[in-house]
Amino acid sequence: MDDIDRAIINSLQGGFPICDQPFSAIAEPLGLTGSKLLARIRKLKDAGVISRFGPMWHAERMGGELTLTAMKVPQERFEEVADIVNSFPEVAHNYAREHALNMWFVVATEKPGRKAEVLAEIETRTGIEVHDMPKIQEFYVGLRFEA
Amino acid sequence: MTTTLDPIDRAIVVATQDGLPLMDRPYHEVARQVGISPDEVMNRMERMLHDGVIRRIGVVPNHYALGYKFNGMTVWDVADEDIAEAGRRVGELDFVSHCYHRPRHLPDWPYSLFAMIHAKEKADADSLVQRVADALGSLSHGHMVLFSSRILKKTGLRL
Repeated sequence: MDDIDRAIINSLQGGFPICDQPFSAIAEPLGLTGSKLLARIRKLKDAGVISRFGPMWHAERMGGELTLTAMKVPQERFEEVADIVNSFPEVAHNYAREHALNMWFVVATEKPGRKAEVLAEIETRTGIEVHDMPKIQEFYVGLRFEA
Repeated sequence: MTTTLDPIDRAIVVATQDGLPLMDRPYHEVARQVGISPDEVMNRMERMLHDGVIRRIGVVPNHYALGYKFNGMTVWDVADEDIAEAGRRVGELDFVSHCYHRPRHLPDWPYSLFAMIHAKEKADADSLVQRVADALGSLSHGHMVLFSSRILKKTGLRL
């Protein structure tokens, strides 16, 4: 990763334009042409430096539901339970964390009511209680990282 | 506030849930997949961005790949009546990427305010946690930091 890659990551975490040729529209301040910018984004994505490029959808605004949940998974069952949890397309992220509650995942569903079903299905299939921690209020979301 | 997606909006979500096509004219490719004109795709996406159905459009870096090894979910025991003030204070800290009020799960989980911090070194993470603690002062009655040890899954919303 060089300075231009870092500049791409730092400047493109929001505000990507909606127009006919968006890459060309924003390439110049980065010292690139549209096609060179596109090639760099492709390369960063292939290398796993960028995990996603595109619109970030807001589940609740679409009428769906989103929640953070946590489970206390016995160490010897961790991989098996992770496979079950991750097999649900509604599970958007899943992180191992260092705590008795050691598996934390986000469930995002489009249809109201589906969230409760997914949590119940996960409990049934794993035999482990799922702690549901939906957000009550959001104070700040400004996910940005300096590369 | 919620917005009902019509079938065309929904088709746009499905066409972009893995991301925008990495092509010179990405919205034209979405239009081709959805079967509508590029102008209609762009108009609808502008509207959904304006309404907040799309939070933003851009890159999501993998923070581990950028060297942020210490991704801490800091959790704070704040009384319900103090949550609004606590959230306001933490929301002002520019290094906090998300801050939410979430329900307690007593007796095991007394924490009600969640704030994510990210650092490349453990010492930096510790100092960020201290800055949150300083901002909250006596509003917090106890806290913990849960570092992530591994990403088990990271996709986006799926329809």
